[in-house]
Amino acid sequence: MSENATPASKSTGRYSIFAIAREAMRLHTGWKQAWANPEPRKKYQVVIVGAGGHGLATAYYLGRNYGITDVAVIEKGWLGGGNTGRNTTIIRSNYLQDPSAAIYDKALKLYENLSQDLNYNVMFSPRGLLMLAQTEHEIRGYRRTAHANHLQGVATEWIGPQRIKEMLPIINIDGPRYPVLGGLYQARGGTARHDAVAWGYARACSAMGMHIIQNCEVTGIETEFGQVKAVNTGKGRIECNNLALVVAGHSSHLAEMAGFRLPIESIALQAMVSEPIKPCCDLVIMANTVHGYLSQSDKGEMVIGGGTDSFNNYTQRGSWHHIEETVRALIETFPMLSRLKMLRQWGGIVDMTGDRSPILSTTPVKNVFVNCGWGTGGFKAIPGSGWAMAELIANGRPGPLAADFGLNRFVEGRFIDESVAAGVAH
Amino acid sequence: MLTLTCPYCGISAEETELQAGGEAHLKRFGPGSSDTEFEAYMFARKNPKGVHFERWRHAYGCGKWFLTARDTATLQVFGTYSAQTPQPTPEIIAAIQAARPDWHPDGDAVNLQSSKG
Repeated sequence: MSENATPASKSTGRYSIFAIAREAMRLHTGWKQAWANPEPRKKYQVVIVGAGGHGLATAYYLGRNYGITDVAVIEKGWLGGGNTGRNTTIIRSNYLQDPSAAIYDKALKLYENLSQDLNYNVMFSPRGLLMLAQTEHEIRGYRRTAHANHLQGVATEWIGPQRIKEMLPIINIDGPRYPVLGGLYQARGGTARHDAVAWGYARACSAMGMHIIQNCEVTGIETEFGQVKAVNTGKGRIECNNLALVVAGHSSHLAEMAGFRLPIESIALQAMVSEPIKPCCDLVIMANTVHGYLSQSDKGEMVIGGGTDSFNNYTQRGSWHHIEETVRALIETFPMLSRLKMLRQWGGIVDMTGDRSPILSTTPVKNVFVNCGWGTGGFKAIPGSGWAMAELIANGRPGPLAADFGLNRFVEGRFIDESVAAGVAH
Repeated sequence: MLTLTCPYCGISAEETELQAGGEAHLKRFGPGSSDTEFEAYMFARKNPKGVHFERWRHAYGCGKWFLTARDTATLQVFGTYSAQTPQPTPEIIAAIQAARPDWHPDGDAVNLQSSKG
């Protein structure tokens, strides 16, 4: 990323083994910037606020699936610097309700080919994902989810504690406080490199001629006759035919500018990583009872996610005592973690809905669309969310993936209750 | 750690001693109200980045509910006050305006549309 504006380049060059060989011959002097850094035009067909994974994926599928490339993605900070760069990179689709299974499994299927699709290595690693049952309630909940997943055609299975111990020798299954009683296993689940997902989409969008405009905060939304007209930004007024708000924790803030309220509350969720150690954990582990989840990054760091704060805030830090709660619980199940030093801790602002399901919807303002409410688990959904959101913007009405996630569900009481699958941060 | 002073027992309580109860001063719409009013009461929230009025319970203390004015962006606490008041008291508004001179109470006067869409 350069700080200076550079002209839009139509082609950023295709990445391949031949490109590496060619660049090796000329001492890597020929690599181009992965995406352009243009000044905004006066008007676009579609303006997307938020250059995180969801916003960039929306732009990408608008171009790829609908041929709409007159698109600007505007971002207050830097590309992928919000929750896309702050999550614990877990990817899974073992949700309970049918609409969730449809959109999360769509996302997982797109992740499986995303590196080829974007010509950018997102380091998708389907290493297998295990949700531990440590209470009788969780056993019942996860067995029910396994049955539901079977009906949905999402391959998951209920496995017993002995098999878990064989798969993951570092685990202590005996308790006493939190014995491991079994788990819900999804072999196709795993992780991906979160920054690379944002970078890959950004590069593909830029190659299609879309504008990604960073350091450009939206300060106001102009409407006329109940329809969006323009957004006012730190880089001037930008007219648009369609506006998509894809800003996670700041959704309420942007919705207020457009003149409506959302059923969203913004809360800090935190995570931390340890010092790097040798490979010891080739699964993604989620322990919802103790509010902790764990995987090992390619660098060897143990990536640990914790619980959300109990109160609304926008601080990107998280409450101190949650670190202690998370670590205290995890070291009983993984005693070897007790000797590790933690290197970094950070927080992100998650957008929580009452039923723990996202919102992909039209709004009271015509041609303004929202994609928010992914709460604590948005990263896994990025490709599916972008796919469904592009369909919503291009057609002006939701397709089958987004149909059940409209704002109307809060009026009509058609909730998509995922508090079991998503009640904990993940 | 967030610290609030309970207006009932006067104890300065840490976050772990308290239970958050969400946005304060919601106007209740019950049976007989329209779907839109009920939805707005149940789900639509201001969720401001800035001054926020909210309910807290001194769960591991005197057990009483009270109200707090707090900044959600900086975690600055402007004060706590009795839950037996339908809107922010003049004292708490004065305390907020002393710290945030350009802030104005919007209360229920804000003419926002519901989130029906």
